[in-house]
Amino acid sequence: MSGMIIEGKTGRWEIVCGLEIHCQIISKSKMFSGASTHYGSDPNENVSFVDAGMPGMLPVLNEECVRQAVKTGLGLNAKINKYSEFARKNYFYADLPQGYQITQFKYPLVGEGKVKIELDDGSSKEIGIERIHIEQDAGKSIHDISPDKSFIDLNRAGVGLMEIVTKPDFRSPEEAGAFLRKLRSIVRYLGTCDGNMDEGSMRCDVNVSVRKVGEDGFRTRNEMKNVNSVKFVMQAIESEARRHVETYENGGTIEQETRQFDPNSCTTKVMRKKEFAHDYRYFPEPDLPPLVIDEAFIEQVRSEMVELPDVRQERFVRELGLTRYDASVLCENKETADWFEQAAQGHDAKKVANWMMGDFFALLNEKKLSLEESPISPANLGKLVDLIAEGVINGKTAKDVFALMAESGEAPDKIVEEKGLKQVTDTGAIEAIIDMVLTANPENVAAYKAGKTALMGWFVGQVMKESRGKANPGMVNKLLAQKLG
Amino acid sequence: MAVDTQTVRRIAFLSRLKIEDDKIAAAEEEFNKILQWVDQLAEVDTDQAEPLVSVNEGRLELRHDEVTDGNIADEILANAPMKEYGYFAVPKVVE
Repeated sequence: MSGMIIEGKTGRWEIVCGLEIHCQIISKSKMFSGASTHYGSDPNENVSFVDAGMPGMLPVLNEECVRQAVKTGLGLNAKINKYSEFARKNYFYADLPQGYQITQFKYPLVGEGKVKIELDDGSSKEIGIERIHIEQDAGKSIHDISPDKSFIDLNRAGVGLMEIVTKPDFRSPEEAGAFLRKLRSIVRYLGTCDGNMDEGSMRCDVNVSVRKVGEDGFRTRNEMKNVNSVKFVMQAIESEARRHVETYENGGTIEQETRQFDPNSCTTKVMRKKEFAHDYRYFPEPDLPPLVIDEAFIEQVRSEMVELPDVRQERFVRELGLTRYDASVLCENKETADWFEQAAQGHDAKKVANWMMGDFFALLNEKKLSLEESPISPANLGKLVDLIAEGVINGKTAKDVFALMAESGEAPDKIVEEKGLKQVTDTGAIEAIIDMVLTANPENVAAYKAGKTALMGWFVGQVMKESRGKANPGMVNKLLAQKLG
Repeated sequence: MAVDTQTVRRIAFLSRLKIEDDKIAAAEEEFNKILQWVDQLAEVDTDQAEPLVSVNEGRLELRHDEVTDGNIADEILANAPMKEYGYFAVPKVVE
């Protein structure tokens, strides 16, 4: 049970939540014009007359936007609608030059689907997808340059969006958080959206209502627009649900309205009442005939699909013997999973996973490096694991070799060779060191023989030190025990 | 089908049309005349006709994903009543 229950004065309440996620589609040009989608250009550089809403300009649909949305639909196990229609959603805002947004209303490109999420207690849950429709993004208003004017940049106007609408299936902030992370992972694997919530390429609207446990149907919901991180989405759900419970228990009612979440105070405040703002007067888009795609198109997209995180995770557990936890961490993003597979190729995958999730991630973290910037190549991490497995170096030396690899980017076998770090496994050589240590410390030998066996650890330490860490610890233990009898 | 005064005011607001109070009655009358005119279509028997979504016969043409437009900021801004630093400037919009 992952549902969150709010204990009120009048009884127990449950949360009902659904999400609408706007994902910016990855494409070179805009959805209905040939202007670039490049982020960070000078203001209004990537704008065509179509995007600026000039009279007489007509939209022409970018096939890549359709392909990307279909791919995303397949990734969310959703039904692809061969027939869909565009509609006009009418509203006035300074960064919407057309005075309407071209979107889809009655007939979206993608229909119902489902996504499996994993929860902290080890359980999993299926979240329903209601639909995915494609639409154009608006421009950007900048309010903080001038005290009395707003500035408009239309570079984003007309960039393709997929709006993914879930069913009201979330019963806790945790479930919504797990879903967003899973969705982000899926679109990144597919290469259909970069999933960066802080840059606004993935934006989340949160719908929340509450009801008494056991109650049928839904109560009035409130929508919070553009919550821009997974953490804030989770906080917004909880704070809004608690506000609803409090309102109901004090005899009040919840009005349908759009609210804004303030992460500083962790509360929501009203943005606008639904009454006027949501009368969008949708009608079929007269400039675009219906979009009809055929089975061949869908199959073509299906053939371009990559292995998705869930499937890959399953394979890592089944074929490579990883724990479920390790597999889920390594599979969350595609680059990490790719790197791991390259490193594990032909080596002990479990040991490679341990090194990667331990020392390797710690190194990247400490040096603030991305995976691509890593000084250690996947092949070299694999070789390091082999050197330990073959007994060439021991575990302690391996840590030193790893540090040298991080510094120089050199291959581990080369480092071991050059620095003379090969493990000493020659019985005679180890015995010689042991004899030396025992001769130098007659008091401790006597104490050991008198029953102070805890000194064994100290002897091992001395021998390892004398060998400069290169002696095989197992052999040192065995030979010492024999000599001290 | 007919609309009342309140609906006329509401649609005018949504369309950002300013209609003075003394013009509302006239606007309502015109509005209803147009609706009556369109209502005549209801007299046609369409029981056997397929619903029509678009009057365009052709199917939707798609374009390849190529950058073929843009880099015309000066032209885009040419008609702007106010512009600053390459942006359109508008009276402050605050929600």
